[in-house]
Amino acid sequence: MNLDFTEEQEMLRTSARDFLSTECPKTAVRELEESEEGYSKEMWKKMADLGWMGLVLPEEYGGTGGEFMDLIILLEEMGRNILPSPFFSTVVLCSLPILEYGTEEQKKEFLPKIANGEMIMSLALAEPSAIYNASGIKVKASLQGDEYVINGTKLFAHDAHIADYLLVVTRTTEGANPQEGITLLLVDAKSPGVTSSVVPTAALDKQCEVIFEDVKVPRKNMLGAPNQGWGIVKRLLEQATVAKCAEMLGGGQAALEMSNSYAKERVQYGRLIGDFQTIQNYLANMWIDMETSRNITYEAVWMVGEKLPCTEEVSIAKAWVSEAFKFITERGVQIHGAIGMTRDHDMGLYYRRAWAWDVLFGDADFHKEVVAQQLGL
Amino acid sequence: MDFSLTPEQERLRKEFDDFFKEEMKNAPPGWGGSLEDMYSADEGWEFHRYMARKLAEKGWLVRAWPKEYGGQDASIMEQVIFGEVSAYHKSPGVDVFGIGLLGPTLLAVGSEEHKKEYLPPIARGETMWCQLWSEPNAGSDLAALATRAVREGDYYVVNGQKTWSSGAHRGDWGFAIVRTDPEQKRSRGLSFLLLDMKAPGVTVRPLLGMDKTHLFNEVYFDNVRVPVKNRVGEEGKGWDVTKAMMNFERTNVGMIFTVKRGLEDLIEFCKETKRNGEPLAKNPLIRNKLAQIAVEVEVGIALAYRIAWIQEKGGPAAMVEAGALAAASKVYGTELNQRFSYVGHQILGPYGQVKKESKWAPLQGTIESGFQQVQGMCIAMGTSEVQRNTIAWLGLGLPRSWDEVFKRPMAK
Repeated sequence: MNLDFTEEQEMLRTSARDFLSTECPKTAVRELEESEEGYSKEMWKKMADLGWMGLVLPEEYGGTGGEFMDLIILLEEMGRNILPSPFFSTVVLCSLPILEYGTEEQKKEFLPKIANGEMIMSLALAEPSAIYNASGIKVKASLQGDEYVINGTKLFAHDAHIADYLLVVTRTTEGANPQEGITLLLVDAKSPGVTSSVVPTAALDKQCEVIFEDVKVPRKNMLGAPNQGWGIVKRLLEQATVAKCAEMLGGGQAALEMSNSYAKERVQYGRLIGDFQTIQNYLANMWIDMETSRNITYEAVWMVGEKLPCTEEVSIAKAWVSEAFKFITERGVQIHGAIGMTRDHDMGLYYRRAWAWDVLFGDADFHKEVVAQQLGL
Repeated sequence: MDFSLTPEQERLRKEFDDFFKEEMKNAPPGWGGSLEDMYSADEGWEFHRYMARKLAEKGWLVRAWPKEYGGQDASIMEQVIFGEVSAYHKSPGVDVFGIGLLGPTLLAVGSEEHKKEYLPPIARGETMWCQLWSEPNAGSDLAALATRAVREGDYYVVNGQKTWSSGAHRGDWGFAIVRTDPEQKRSRGLSFLLLDMKAPGVTVRPLLGMDKTHLFNEVYFDNVRVPVKNRVGEEGKGWDVTKAMMNFERTNVGMIFTVKRGLEDLIEFCKETKRNGEPLAKNPLIRNKLAQIAVEVEVGIALAYRIAWIQEKGGPAAMVEAGALAAASKVYGTELNQRFSYVGHQILGPYGQVKKESKWAPLQGTIESGFQQVQGMCIAMGTSEVQRNTIAWLGLGLPRSWDEVFKRPMAK
């Protein structure tokens, strides 16, 4: 057992924290939230120059060959700072499955462009049914000659409006077992028949509706085997779920630190509010939630990185951490009082994301049902 | 990072598991593994002593101690594994007071004579200890204690009253913190004494729990003569010894594994038991509640491993971090036991109230005893409130709200 980060990982954390706090102050976060695109091209370029997009990609594809845990550290810092960007969509949701399941040709085509910041990608997984089970996949792709033709509507696809390519989870055959008959396709976002539009959401985080109308995709753009795509989605969701837990760790830590600092400066009744045991108790509970979240996340991350069977552990982490993040930000607003509720205050940035990320990739109840099944219930 | 155990650690876990599985067949009927089970009925206490001897024979009773005192210099991580397996099998045997608290304290601050006299019989599983700290007017605020010890030649003459002493009616020896200098206030002027519970003038009276079990006691001292050589540390410096004892960090992994086992039993019950023609396990609400407990168990285990890792590394900064984390694990572990009891009681419905002696009692009445006994866990060894204060102080750098000196001038 070794529960420490390496020296390189600690350095990565420090440099990421420095970069983000300089390049992406909260004023910029609010501006980007309001912008149509939702990210800054200059910042994106700088991130690529730092090697972030290729952090876990092998050198032959323009990356630096890091491990999954390295990516997790970066994501923690992005969550801590709140970075509006298509990083999660491109790197976690799309580059990892292409790396693990893509053909050599696909890897050569996509990964170097992702690594150097040229290509933005978006995963089109969820649909209006808003469930993360295979039975929720209804968007149809039918093979016609050497092309798939896609029809249907995807929803809650982050950053699809700015993506160059979409990774689309489609249904290619209907059968008794919903996990069979799913095929993943890499779709040029400029293909005729693709319409992406941003759905206004609480976190202003550019989740899109993507409508496919007779969208033609060459067969060679299939990721993995036909009808066997759910295995890829399962793996991708495990990676994405723990990666989102890491972002929540960063966000939770920031919200806790902000609240603790405020308790040490805000004076009422002639004394610091941090002197009061009620406030101390809130903070102690937030601290417990933070520490417990950290350890369960890293354990699940380690298992995902090692490709160990981890269905239960991933769901345990998500069920716990998303509730913890909501609790921490909710108490954070309470400790700050009315100012914490305002658009100008940073706590709301975290609070809104806690609610957005809770329901992403399955909320606590969804994951508890997974745990129940794993327990043989 | 690497969360895997070494092959040697895996082997040890298996060895512990085999041992406890076999030996627990000797547990008395209705054994639930709680402190109340151990201290209350004679057969429970006999079983505790039996397991202590068995563990001593294996060389496992004081594994964490140095070899020269009967231990194996076991690492903290190994002790976590031992604690897990032992708690999972609901085993008694390891006397928390003698082995967990007094032993490490004597090893750290005791004299050679003390170590030679007291440690070997503990290591052999022969002497059992109890703690004589709290008083009617000194609970969380231990430094307010008033029990007096007056020096008379080679003896201290002790008068006063202790309370909430778990297992004092069973213990052979007790360790006490008493006031030797009444001129000094609070934590100054205290001394730390080792005391034979059979000494003339010691009276132990039971304080029955709400479920009528006998765990706690009041202990009265009426001119009890304690040899001066039984004092640990210097006269008037007893608080330092007490603090050292409180600092032996625990990962509290046992209380998490108690729930892990309880949950497994409850899950089996829910699979086997039908209500309205369907197994309880198919009820979505029940599935959700059981899964929530399973989530919390794994979260608690991950926390315990983190604490063990930090403790093993050592160093002053690590110990402050571990101090706050250990407080967190105590709150977390005890409150998880509470939540488990509540969930168990909700699922069992009217059967949750039936005592183990009835043929109607599911799960050997563990839910019935559990929801009454669990409250004590959240109070003993530092209440949940004290632990949260510790977190606020060590983990968050907030003021020590319980300090006398807290009556400070207004800020600004």
